[in-house]
Amino acid sequence: MSEKKNWPLWEIFVRSKNGLEHRHFGSLHAADAEMAMENARDVYTRRNEGVSIWVVESKNITASNPEHNGEMFEPAQDKIYRHPTFYDLPDEVKHM
Amino acid sequence: MPNSFNFNFILTIADNSLILAQRLGELCGHGPNLETDIALTNISLDLLGQTRSYYQYAAKLTGDRKTEDDIAFLRIEREYRNCLLVEQPNTHFGYVIGRQFLFDVYHFMLLEKLQNSPDETLAAIAKKSIKEVSYHKRFSSDWVKRLGDGTEESNQKMQEAIDDLWRFTDELFFMTEAETEMAKNGVGVDVSTFKEKYYEEVSEILNEATLAIPENKYFTKGGKEGVHTEHMGYILADLQYMQRTYPNMTW
Repeated sequence: MSEKKNWPLWEIFVRSKNGLEHRHFGSLHAADAEMAMENARDVYTRRNEGVSIWVVESKNITASNPEHNGEMFEPAQDKIYRHPTFYDLPDEVKHM
Repeated sequence: MPNSFNFNFILTIADNSLILAQRLGELCGHGPNLETDIALTNISLDLLGQTRSYYQYAAKLTGDRKTEDDIAFLRIEREYRNCLLVEQPNTHFGYVIGRQFLFDVYHFMLLEKLQNSPDETLAAIAKKSIKEVSYHKRFSSDWVKRLGDGTEESNQKMQEAIDDLWRFTDELFFMTEAETEMAKNGVGVDVSTFKEKYYEEVSEILNEATLAIPENKYFTKGGKEGVHTEHMGYILADLQYMQRTYPNMTW
């Protein structure tokens, strides 16, 4: 039983309906991808939440460093002209 | 009384699910880890849902005012028709998986047949259940392979469980009077027809799991006729406690 502490962490993405995108649902421990898939099915879709599951071992995700948030995200804060809000859209164009 | 055959036939199927659900329910909050805990209790709830469908139907067949709860909670030990395998204790995780695996392979084959029954209610319950059981079988077979083909310790524990539980497998294919009658009139299932297929499939997975197929030729039976192992009384004490203490209590 000592081995279970070494089970790697997996990130679970679930698509709740056909046509929607996969969304991050949470993470869990599993020995390999197959077990991660079964665990994800039991932990995250037992209340009929999904039609498709992706599992990714957490170590394979490259995440941005919160310490770099300043240089990463703040320069975009005052550039409202990057939002296309200065145009009058014809009514026929519903989704921009 | 043709109805009593039908009634008892339904119980031989439903009681397996009830008692196994109860056994798995004991693990709620005690699984080896969070994920497996949830998986096992999911299986327990699947089985309990199936049990309810069977009991509701059986209650209707009795023609009196019996309900599913009467059937679940107010019988004495000798009236439960489950096989001995499902009442065996959760000795360790290897036993939980071994018991589940040996039962799931059988359960799947049974439902495969039952879904073609001319009895529409039983066929409908079987059709709904077989998807759940198909997953149970996948879950338990995967774990048998993982533990069998895992570490030295996990292999030894899995082998111990299979060796111990093997003697209860033959009873799965024992035909009670009710089953024989119901198979004869076409509604029921002649379980003996897939006995060979069962041992083939089980052996295949045990081989894959690098586990030895037990060679003992001594088998125990009795549960399907109401003669249970010493564990059954304790299970029923837990299961029936509320209804016995507070008769007619509801949620």
